[in-house]
Amino acid sequence: MPDSPGLELIAHELDDAAAGSVLSTYHEHGQACLIVDPQRILEVLGWLRDTPAQEYRFLASLHGVDYLPSEPRFGVVYELLNMPRVERLRVRAALADPGGEELPEIDSCMPLFAGAEFQEREVYDFFGIVFRGHPDLRRILMPEDYVGWPQRRDFPVGGEPVIFTHTEREVPRWYA
Amino acid sequence: MRREKLRALAPLEEPRSPTDLRVRQLRARDLLRGDLEGPDLEQHVAEATLPTTMAKTIGWARANSIFPATFGLACCAIEMMSMVSPRYDIARFGAENMRASPRQADMLILSGRVSIKMAPVVRRIYDQMLEPKWVISMGACSSSGGMFANYAVVQGADKFMPVDIHIPGCPPRPEALVYGFNKLQRMILGNPDSGWRRRYKAIGTEEWARAATGTASPDEAEAYAAARELSVAYDSARAQESRQGRRDA
Ligand code: SF4
Repeated sequence: MPDSPGLELIAHELDDAAAGSVLSTYHEHGQACLIVDPQRILEVLGWLRDTPAQEYRFLASLHGVDYLPSEPRFGVVYELLNMPRVERLRVRAALADPGGEELPEIDSCMPLFAGAEFQEREVYDFFGIVFRGHPDLRRILMPEDYVGWPQRRDFPVGGEPVIFTHTEREVPRWYA
Repeated sequence: MRREKLRALAPLEEPRSPTDLRVRQLRARDLLRGDLEGPDLEQHVAEATLPTTMAKTIGWARANSIFPATFGLACCAIEMMSMVSPRYDIARFGAENMRASPRQADMLILSGRVSIKMAPVVRRIYDQMLEPKWVISMGACSSSGGMFANYAVVQGADKFMPVDIHIPGCPPRPEALVYGFNKLQRMILGNPDSGWRRRYKAIGTEEWARAATGTASPDEAEAYAAARELSVAYDSARAQESRQGRRDA
C-alpha cells in the first residue's frame, strides 16, 4: 500500500509522464486513490503497469460507481495490485454524464489487462458506461433484452406491492 | 320387468364385460331406487368399489413416493438439502429420492429467489416434468420476492407457474419444509387440510365468502368479484387451450 507521501510521489511522476492526467488524490483508511482524467485512462494505467518502479501488473477488480448528485457523476474504478510488493493502488476515472439518452464513454483497458473483459461488460450492464474498443460489449448479468441501467441511482428501486391478508386493504386495486 | 331385461342382457352366471356401460347404468339406477338386492347388489358394489379404491390407492402411492427435483435456487436450498439429511430425514415420508432430471421428478421445490433471468429456466424445468407434478414454493423469496424488491427478482414465482404450497420463512427451517410437504401429501391424497380456517372455526371467511356474508365493504366486494371473474376467465381459457392441445408458450 503506498502511504500518503508515496501516493503523492506517484501522482507527481505520473503527471510528469502524462501531463494533466491526475485530477486529485486521496488517502483514506490506508487506501491510496488516484482520480484521473477519463480521456487519459489508458496512458495512466499503461504507465502504472510498465514503469519499472511501479509495476502494478495485476488488475484485481474493475467496477463502476454512480455518485449522483455530485459531479462528475460516474466513476470507473480500477483496483491495481503489485504482487511482489503486495501493494494496492486504486485509480478512479471521473466520468461526467453526457445527459439525455447519451451514454458516458471511456476507453476499454482490455489491451492492457485482458481480464477486464467481463468486468467491463458488467459495468456496462449496470451503469450504462460504454467501453470504447471492447470486442463484445453486451449485457452480462441482466437479460439481453432488458431496458435501463439498474444500478444507477436514479433507477427506480422496483419491486411491486405483493398482496397478503394484512395488506389487501392497502394494495390499491391490486386486481386490476 | 326391468330385472328380467337386465338378466337377459347380462346373465349373472356368465362372465360379463365390465365395460358394458348400459348394464352398469341400469344397475346403478336400480340401486338408487333401492330395488337392487342379492347377487346383483354385491356385484355392483364390487365393481363400483374397485375404481374408487383404486384411485385412493394410486393417490396413496403417489403421495408416499414423491421424487423431488434436485434444483436449488438460493440460500433456501441449503435447508432443502438438510431436509434429506438423517436429522430431518424426509425419507420417512418417501421423498428422499432427489432426481437430477426433471423427467424423473414429480415435485419441484422452488428453494430461493427466482431472478427474472432464471424464471424461463424454472418454467422450462417445470414444463419438462411429467404429470402429475407438484410445486412447493419455499421461503419468502419465491413466494413474494421477499426482501428483494428490486429490478432483478420476480416478485413471487406464482407469476409464471402454478404453485401448490407456499412455505413462509427466510429460510423456512427444514421442519417447516417437511410440514409443508406433509400438507402436500394430504392434498395428493385428496384430503387437503382446510388449515387455520377450520381450526379457528372460520369457514366462510374466505374472500369470496365474505362478500356473500355482507361483512365486506362495497369496495372489497367489488374487488373480490373482479378477482373471481378474472380467475374464472383464466381457468376457462386454460381449459380451452388444453382441450385444443395448444401448448403453453
Ligand atoms: S427466503 Fe431467505 S433464505 Fe430463502 S432464498 Fe430468500 S433470502 Fe434466501
